[in-house]
This record gives sequence, structure tokens and C-alpha cells, in this order.
Amino acid sequence: MALSSSYSPAADGVRQDDAASPALSTSAALPPLDAALQQWLHYGLRLASVAICLLLWQWASTVHLNLGLITFQNVPSPQEVLQAAWTLAQSPKLLSHLSASLYRVFAGFVVAALAGIVLGMLIGRLRWLADVLLPPLELLRPIPAVAWIPLSILMFPSSEISMIYITFIGALFPILLNTIHGVEGVDARLIASARSLGSGRRAIFTEVILPAAAPSIVTGLSIGMGTAWFCLVTAEMIAGQFGIGYYTWASYTIQNYADIIVGMLFIGVMGMGSSALIKKLGGLLMPWYLLQR
Amino acid sequence: MTTTEKFGKVDIDRLHIELGEGKRRFEALQDVSISIAPGEFVCVLGPSGCGKSTLLGALAGHLRASAGSVRVDGAAVDGPHPDRGLVFQHHTLFPWKRVLDNVAFGLKMKGVARGERHQRARDLLKLVGLEDFEHSYPAHLSGGMQQRVEIARVLINHPRVMLMDEPFGALDAQTRLKMQELLLDVWARIETTILFITHDIDEALFLADRILVMSPRPGRIIEEIKLDFARPRGPELVTSRAFTELKRHCLALLHPETRVVPLERLSPLGAPDLTHIQFAI
Repeated sequence: MALSSSYSPAADGVRQDDAASPALSTSAALPPLDAALQQWLHYGLRLASVAICLLLWQWASTVHLNLGLITFQNVPSPQEVLQAAWTLAQSPKLLSHLSASLYRVFAGFVVAALAGIVLGMLIGRLRWLADVLLPPLELLRPIPAVAWIPLSILMFPSSEISMIYITFIGALFPILLNTIHGVEGVDARLIASARSLGSGRRAIFTEVILPAAAPSIVTGLSIGMGTAWFCLVTAEMIAGQFGIGYYTWASYTIQNYADIIVGMLFIGVMGMGSSALIKKLGGLLMPWYLLQR
Repeated sequence: MTTTEKFGKVDIDRLHIELGEGKRRFEALQDVSISIAPGEFVCVLGPSGCGKSTLLGALAGHLRASAGSVRVDGAAVDGPHPDRGLVFQHHTLFPWKRVLDNVAFGLKMKGVARGERHQRARDLLKLVGLEDFEHSYPAHLSGGMQQRVEIARVLINHPRVMLMDEPFGALDAQTRLKMQELLLDVWARIETTILFITHDIDEALFLADRILVMSPRPGRIIEEIKLDFARPRGPELVTSRAFTELKRHCLALLHPETRVVPLERLSPLGAPDLTHIQFAI
């Protein structure tokens, strides 16, 4: 190929840049093909992994596998689940379940994002505020969403607000902690430079600290979105006739086992989708971020 | 404009600076007095950790004097100000801003309209030879280019004094030489005083009107060397006899053979992180 024709005997034995470059360029021309192939291999492997899981599930549920400690006797097969999902997808109920859940998750998430980012920025910058606010927050953090159910029923006038509150609690802490972490990690030299260039307190916040902490905040938002969905079933156990979490819980109480898994899968897909959406939006807002690594 | 009056006169009088907390407190600068004329190029030469960056930090307004005074054009330094531009060893460009907006940042802080500040930023990018890179992000540039943007960003404020903390220390030798010539070229066109910190003797001799040699910690000025090499200076200067003689003199002053364990590098923002003290074995 090009390698042999441009390889001059004059450069033999001498490590010259000119002589080395054709060899480099041919080896650099190859990887794209390799990379594409490897990419397909990755996709194939991932698909195969999911397929094997499904097959194992199908097998375990059809032979009613009983291992003593764990039993598949009451677990519906993937086929049944698929049928149940299809039935649900065709009924008008799905839309009302999904929209009710989406509304709760997003309402809780938006409030959590606002509170988490504002509090996190302040706590990260102001020593005294960290001393005032962090101890109670650290105390509340390990409390699981389920434990909030009774109190949130008592505290809020409507069950709708109680449910939103529980998704809020779920989303708040990842957002808050990641924001604090991001703010504390801002390079002191960047702040010093901004001050030397004439920035006041407010400009330091908006021009330096916020953008510098943004990657960490986006990570927090993405995790927070996941936990908001995570808390959905808990929240919708409180009340309501709609919501995909409610649907999952109700299916259990009326022993409609295939529908439980349909509900679980919907929650998983919605949670994954909205987390991915946030990451994507973050990437669009921070084109500079990927360059740095 | 009245250009007869020149700005950038620096007066440092009996400056002491202590850094660190509690038992780890140490004296970084001891009784330093310096007077710099407007438009002068002064290099401070000293071993690592001697407190020369501390001196710079005090002038920038990031470090407080324990005793003594720091004045620029008669006004006491009491905090950072765009009149005193600071350039670090590693660039501090905002990674989220494109080159043009990084350079225009100082004007944005002054409330200059977008169109005008971009125009003036373009002029400065041309001055440092980066007019084709205004839309790049800093991460796309090489180390030398990043420092050129950094210099342009400081110059847009028309600083009275430019404070440079080993700005070319992290660059490879080739790029460093180019940057030194570029800096001299830029400095010849603008009226600003430059205080340039370095531990590289060649660099100090090549750039400065005057070299101040500092002792190891606590930093004191132990010698002042006036340089009369003609300007503009070119690479041939470094091989001249006068240059090598002065270099020998500086080497003797810095006593590299008797230097004990090298000290941790100080920054213009204060003490190194003293929570991670490492013991020499």
C-alpha cells in the first residue's frame, strides 16, 4: 500500500518524523473500521445479554423452578407479561396512569432541583450556612421514602401533595449533595482570576461558580430524576386511582401478577428515559465539558 | 487623553508576610522593599518556595501584608483589581467560555456592550497572534496558546501592572522562547509595568530591565542586577559574553550546590495545602 511506496531507503534506520508519518497515517486510517466493528460487537453483546436474561426467566417460570430459598412458582412468564403490557397499552387507562405519574415525578423533581441547587450553592460557599443547615439535612437523608408516608399524610392537606412531597424527598438529596460537591470543587485560581479581572460577588457566582459546578449539578439532577421515579411506587401507595406506581401496587393487591411486572417495567423505562434526557440536555448546554476529559 | 503622566509605579515598603495557621505559621517574606518605575520590566529570581509568588499575591491583592505596605501609583493595595492583572503558571481560562469571551471577560465586568467588547477582544487576539482561534474552547488550544489568551485577557483591562507568576514555566523550551519574544514584543507596544516571577536565570536575563534575586525562605531581596542589554532583544543575546557572565553571577547567588531539600512551591493565593505534609526521609 502507500506504506511501501513512500518508504524511502534514505530514511532507513533513522527515526525521522517524515519517514515515520506515512506509517502512522496508514495505521491511523485503519481504526475507524475496527472501531465500527467493535461498536457493533458491543451492541451485539448487550442485546445477547438481555436475550439470555429473558430466556432464563422464560425457562424458570415455565418449569416453575423452585430452589427452596427462591421460587418462580408464582412468577409470570415473559410471554404473559408481554400480553399484559399489550393489553394495557391498548387501553385508555395507560395514558391516564402515565400522565398522573409524570406530573407527580416532574412536580417533585422541579421543586427538588430548585431547592437543591440554590441550597447547595449557598451551603457550598457559606461556611456558617453549612453549619446551620447540614446537620438537620444529614439527619433526614438516610430516612427512606416509605418511612415518610404516615407523616406526609398527616402534614399535607391533599394526598396529591403528599405524593409529590415523597418524590421531592427522593430527588432532593442527590441534587443537593452533588451541587455542594461541585461548588466546593471549584478551582480557587479561577475565582482569584475572575476577581483580578474585576468580578464582584454576584458575578463570581453567576460567571464562575455556577458554570464550574454545572457538570456536577447535572450529574445530581440525573441521579435525582432516577430516585424520583424510584420513590414513585412508595408515593402512589398513599392514595389515588391513577399512576403507574399505583397500578403496580394495585395489581399486587388484586393478585394480577403479570401486571406487576408491566408496571415495574414502565417505571424502569420512564426513569431511564428521563435520566437520559437530562444527561443529553446537560451535554447540549455544556459542549465544553466533554473536551476537558 | 493626558498620556504625559505614566501609570504603573510600584512601591513596596518593608513588607512582611506570614502564611499558614497556628503552629504551621511561617514567615514567607521578610522585610522586602522594592520600588519599580512605570513601564519597567522587573524579574524576581529565586529558588522554589522562596516566597516570590507570595510577593506577587500581595501585589495582586490576594494576600494580606502582615506588616509593611504595598502601593501602586500611591494607592494602597487592598484587594484584587483589574488595574493589576495576574497571570498564573497554569492558565485559568474559563473552560466554558470560548476564547473570544474569555478575553472579553474583563470588559463584560465593566458593563461594556457585547459588540464593542468582542471587537476589542479581537484586536487583542490579533496582538498575541491568535485571531483565528476566537471560537475555540480553551481545551482545544496548546499550552502556549492558552497562555497567550490569558495574557490577552489580562491586557484588555489596560492594567497598570502585569503580575506574572512563572507564566512560561510549564511550557516546553521551544515554546517558552517564542513566548518570551512575544511578551517582549507586546510589552514594547503597550505601556505597562511587568513584575515577572521566575526561577529560570536565562529567562530573567533575557526579559528584564532589572532582576531582583531572592533568598530561600523567608524571602528577602539579596541582590539587584540592572540589565543594559539593548532592545529589541533577540535569541543571539543569550550567547553573548555579557549574558553568560551575568548568568554565572546569578548561578553563584542562587547557590544550587548548598540548597537543602527544595521547598514546596507557594502560590499567589497563599500557603500550599499544609494538611498533606510529607516528611523527607
